[in-house]
Amino acid sequence: MPEKVIDRQAAGTGKEAAPQGAAPARRRLRDKFGRGALPYLLLLPALLAELLIHLVPMVTGIVMAFKQLTQFFIRDWSSAPWSGFDNFEVALEFNAPVGKALLHSFWVTCMFTVLSVGLSWLIGVTASIFTQDAFRGRGLLRAAFMLPYALPVFAAVITWSFMFQRDTGLINHVLHDQLHLTDDKPFWLIGDNSFWALLTVSVWKSWPFAFLTLTAGLQNIPRELYEAAALDGAGVWQQIRRITLPSLRPVNLVLVLVLFLWTFNDFNTPFVLFGKSAPQAADLISIHIYQSSFITWNFGQGSAMSVLLLLFLLLVTAVYLFATNRRREEAE
Amino acid sequence: MRTHRISAALALTAAIVLTASACGGGDSGGSNSSPKTLTYWASNQGSSLENDKQVLEPELKKFEQQTGIKVNLEVIPWSDLLNRILAATASGQGPDVLNIGNTWSASLQATGALLPFDQATFDKIGGKDRFLESTIASAGAKGKDPAAVPLYSMAYGLYYNKKLFQAAGIANPPATWEELVEDGKKLTSGDKYGLAIEGGNVSENVHHAFTLGMQHGTGFYDASGKPTFDSPEAVAAVKQYVDFIANDKIAAPGNAEYAANQSVTDFATGKAAMLMWQSAGANLKSHGMNPDDYGVVPVPAPAGATGDKATTSMVAGINLAVFKNTKNLDGALNFVKFMTSDEEQKTLNGTYGSLPPVKAAQSDAAFSTPELQTLAGVLQKSAAPLPQVPSESQFETLVGTAVKNLLASAAAGKPITEATVKDELSKAQQQMPAS
Repeated sequence: MPEKVIDRQAAGTGKEAAPQGAAPARRRLRDKFGRGALPYLLLLPALLAELLIHLVPMVTGIVMAFKQLTQFFIRDWSSAPWSGFDNFEVALEFNAPVGKALLHSFWVTCMFTVLSVGLSWLIGVTASIFTQDAFRGRGLLRAAFMLPYALPVFAAVITWSFMFQRDTGLINHVLHDQLHLTDDKPFWLIGDNSFWALLTVSVWKSWPFAFLTLTAGLQNIPRELYEAAALDGAGVWQQIRRITLPSLRPVNLVLVLVLFLWTFNDFNTPFVLFGKSAPQAADLISIHIYQSSFITWNFGQGSAMSVLLLLFLLLVTAVYLFATNRRREEAE
Repeated sequence: MRTHRISAALALTAAIVLTASACGGGDSGGSNSSPKTLTYWASNQGSSLENDKQVLEPELKKFEQQTGIKVNLEVIPWSDLLNRILAATASGQGPDVLNIGNTWSASLQATGALLPFDQATFDKIGGKDRFLESTIASAGAKGKDPAAVPLYSMAYGLYYNKKLFQAAGIANPPATWEELVEDGKKLTSGDKYGLAIEGGNVSENVHHAFTLGMQHGTGFYDASGKPTFDSPEAVAAVKQYVDFIANDKIAAPGNAEYAANQSVTDFATGKAAMLMWQSAGANLKSHGMNPDDYGVVPVPAPAGATGDKATTSMVAGINLAVFKNTKNLDGALNFVKFMTSDEEQKTLNGTYGSLPPVKAAQSDAAFSTPELQTLAGVLQKSAAPLPQVPSESQFETLVGTAVKNLLASAAAGKPITEATVKDELSKAQQQMPAS
């Protein structure tokens, strides 16, 4: 009802406030550019900026993927020979070493992403539900939860890398020296355990974002729903299942997608934690591509892998949006 | 409406692709269009970037007084330097003069971004003969004009803790690997170890693998320049290095993840009795180790080895290069001449604890400490440049990573055999570009 009132007022003022001579002028402008062109014209500066900042580098990257852009050609890369789909073939030939390494890296990244997003979401949703009701010190606790998100990535991850050191690190001091959980001090930054080290840091770094988003989402759930449910005899668990989670659905849809994309592409965490050459168990695809281009100076190859990564992420995003949209339509 | 939008997008994309491929790439050759300024990218040689500025600024002032050319200095950390150079190469917008790690010489030479030092160019800076031969050999591929000139030189030496050796009843530092392993075992007890290695550092790994490879008779490339990473000689060399942790157990398993110079700290604090390092003096001093407490000898070699098999170090160091697109070619060469002059060589190398690659400057008293005398001897007699081939940077990364992986499995207690070493090296080799 209030919306309608505003609508009518706006329409009214629009009509009355416009001076008599302005209407023909506007009509002339409209005639000139055709109906509906004006909004596009006004969007043009933004569109150009978008092109410059996002599309041009992307397209350049795609072009590079079709070139044999090695160190011999980077000085004048228009002279690099076109290589057709060679770079892609090398990357996708899973029996050969390069393709095999890429595939391995891809699986590691998938496992890592699923676990990291899953755990971040779980911890985030748990924490936000626990802090939903007011209690003494809630603000302080929420602020403390947000700390990892506020810290600069480099500072945070380098601290983790110190803690994960085998001989002098805090983790082994606690696990081995104090709790005696392990017979021997395990390695965390090299070997198979590096995967779990990376996962720990990643979850630590990204769950506060889930927490923040979900806390915001919880504010929109009317208290009356819970009161009504409580009157009907629903327990806490049922309230969470029947009210909280369904109400958070729209938030979750976006949150999981964003977390997925960030985690899948994460470069900073493994790079700061492991340096230029990540251990095989934690060879995330972004680091792998960096190695394939910057360290071996084969930029065409690296670009081809990036394009494949882009296609994969587009596909996942499209399927995800399609599936979740259909479920919503079915639900309605 | 929708098809309209799509076709518009396609047209736009095509337009961008066309413009993108039309630009890119710089014009070739230098000029003298801005003769009064130079931009110089220095590498991080001192204890911090700030320290480097303090060392270099007074020298650059001197140059400005002599020539009237103002040098804009930027000190770039090692982690960024190569990427910055590649970006400068790709865009054509770079410094006039820059420091490069000497092992990158051939790789960067292949990009064509650096000014080749032919006879005429060398004449302008005082001639090729002023430099040590081995340092010139590490400034570009064999048979080509060097892509840079040597600026600071370093070599590996074996640093040993005199007190610990005395306490273990060892009279002389080891000269062969058998002796090193034997001494190492005597020096290893409890949490003290005979040797410290920087096993998580890819570059350190590949440097040692290279020296051992030369001693076993391989430079990791065959005569035609093809990589031979998994030859029997290479396998033996890498296994020997990994065995310090795996079989000899004279290095602590924890060394496998060292990548932040912890091995230097371990040596300085007496947790390890030996260390193979390049020009460690200044570093050890900052950890409070007195020069009298340690001795330096060449890294061991097989008994009775001669020629390449007696190699005990790579030629380590920093080269000075001129960017081909410079707008001040004469000034840049003038600056190179200044930086490689006897006087500057003495000042700068003296401050940084490195050795002057310029012969005449080496006789200075600053370089007569026992440490630097040993290293100078290594550089003259038993140092070989890393393979000067365009794919050198791939070699460093791939073989260095293979050694790192092997050390990691050795540290985790997995058996290291010739087969496991060969397997890892074959994987490295297969990732080299086919051409």
